[in-house]
Amino acid sequence: MRQLSAHRITEAVRDLSIRANCFLNPDLENALSAAKTNEPSLIGREMLTQLLDNAAIARQNQVPICQDTGLMVIFVTLGQEVHITDGSLSEAIQEGVRQGYTEGYLRKSVVKDPFLRENTRDNTPAILHYTIVPGDTFQLDLAPKGAGSENMSRLFMLKPSDGIEGAKKAVLETAEAAGPNPCPPMVIGVGCGGNFETAPLLAKQALLRPISSHHPLPHIRAMEEELLQKINATGIGPQGLGGRTTALAVHVEVCPTHIACLPVAVNISCHVTRHAHCEL
Amino acid sequence: MSIAITLPLTKAQTAALHAGDIVAISGTLYTARDAAHKRMLEDYEKTGRFPFDMENATIYYTGPAPAKPGQVIGPIGPTTSYRMDAYAPFLLDHGETGMIGKGKRSEAVVEAMKRNTAVYFAATGGAAALLQSHILSSEIIAYEDLGAEAIRRLEVRDLPAIVVIDSQGNDLYATEKAKYRQKDVLGE
Repeated sequence: MRQLSAHRITEAVRDLSIRANCFLNPDLENALSAAKTNEPSLIGREMLTQLLDNAAIARQNQVPICQDTGLMVIFVTLGQEVHITDGSLSEAIQEGVRQGYTEGYLRKSVVKDPFLRENTRDNTPAILHYTIVPGDTFQLDLAPKGAGSENMSRLFMLKPSDGIEGAKKAVLETAEAAGPNPCPPMVIGVGCGGNFETAPLLAKQALLRPISSHHPLPHIRAMEEELLQKINATGIGPQGLGGRTTALAVHVEVCPTHIACLPVAVNISCHVTRHAHCEL
Repeated sequence: MSIAITLPLTKAQTAALHAGDIVAISGTLYTARDAAHKRMLEDYEKTGRFPFDMENATIYYTGPAPAKPGQVIGPIGPTTSYRMDAYAPFLLDHGETGMIGKGKRSEAVVEAMKRNTAVYFAATGGAAALLQSHILSSEIIAYEDLGAEAIRRLEVRDLPAIVVIDSQGNDLYATEKAKYRQKDVLGE
C-alpha cells in the first residue's frame, strides 16, 4: 500500500488551479497561431492576434487569461493501492481549490444555491469525478470552465435510427446556435452513448484531449474531421465576427449504450479551454 | 484604423457609428452584469433612482478577476450579453446609450436600441489580460456585497471594441457570417 499525504494533494491542486488559468496550453496556442495564418477575414485575423497577445500578457504577468476562471472540474484517477493519509481526500482537493483561487487572484464564480445565488467566496465546491484503477497511481486532471461556453452546451436523447448522421446534425446545430456567444474559436467535446448522465461526462472528458489528437476508431475520426470542416464552413469565425476559424477541434468519444438509446452530448468550450494534469 | 470615441456617448455620437466600426473607447463607464442588473431594476422600482446617472451612460457587461497588489483591477473581459437582454430595454429607455459585451442580442433589445439611438459594442471575449491594460482607475460605487458583480465606475483609455449592432439595427454578426459561409461544404 502506497501512502500519499492529503497535504501534498492540496498543494498540487492549488498550484495547478493557478497554472491552468494563467498559462495557455501550447496545443491551443499553436492552433490559434496556425488559424491566424489561414484566416481569410481581416477582422478574424485581428481577433486571433488579440487572443495570442492576451495569452502572452497573461503568461508574463501571471494573471488569468480570462476573467471567468470558471467552475472547477477535477478528474481524479485513484489507484486502489493508494492510501490517503492525514485527512479526507475530497476535502484536501477542495482546500487546494480554495487556496489556489484565493492566493492566485482568480475570480470566485460559484454560488451556493441556483435560486438564492449567494457567492461562496472561495470558488468551492469544485465538481469532483473519481475513477478507481488497479495499481498505485494518483493522477489529477483539472478542467476549470467558464460559463459563456458551458451555457451553449446541449444534450440530445436521439433514437438509434437517427444514427451517426443524426449525431452529426445535433453537433452542427449546437455550434450554429452558439454562434458568437461561447467565444469562438471553440473546442467542441462530444459524448455519444451511455445514458442521460454519462454522455455529458464523456463530452467533458473529450475536452481534455490534446487539440491535434484523433480518435483511434476510424468511423469516429471521420466524424470528427467532417464536423470540424462543416463547423468551419458556417462562417461564424473568430468571436463570431465572420471567418473560417469557428472551431479549433471537435473531439468525439463513444461508449456502450442501451439498445433503445442514442444519447449525444455536446459540450462547447472556448479558445482558452483550460486543462492541467499531474501525477503524484 | 480605429475611431477614437469619448464617453459619455451622446445620441449625436451614437447615430454616427456603424456596425463594423472598430473603435477605441476612452472616458467613464460602468460595469454591471447579471446580479447588478437585477438589483438596479428592483431598486429603481422602489426608489425611482439608479446607482449612477443613466443619461448617456455606457455599461460594460463584465465581472473582473481580483486585482493583484499594485494593480488597478484584475483581468476584465466581456461576459455574454444575452443574459442582460431581460433588463437592457428598460435601461435604454431610461438613458443608457452604449453597451459593451459579447454575443447575440434579442429582438427586443435591438428594437429598444433603434428607439433610443443606442449602440452595442463587442469587446474580445477571453482577452481579459489585454483589456485590463486599458483601465486607468476603478471604484466600486454600488452593491459591494456582490463581489465581482459589484457596480464599478471605470476610467478607460483606448479600450478596443467593435460596433456589432448600430442604432439602425444593422448586425455585424449576421452580415460577416454570411460573407464567409461555404454553402457547398454544408450542402445548402
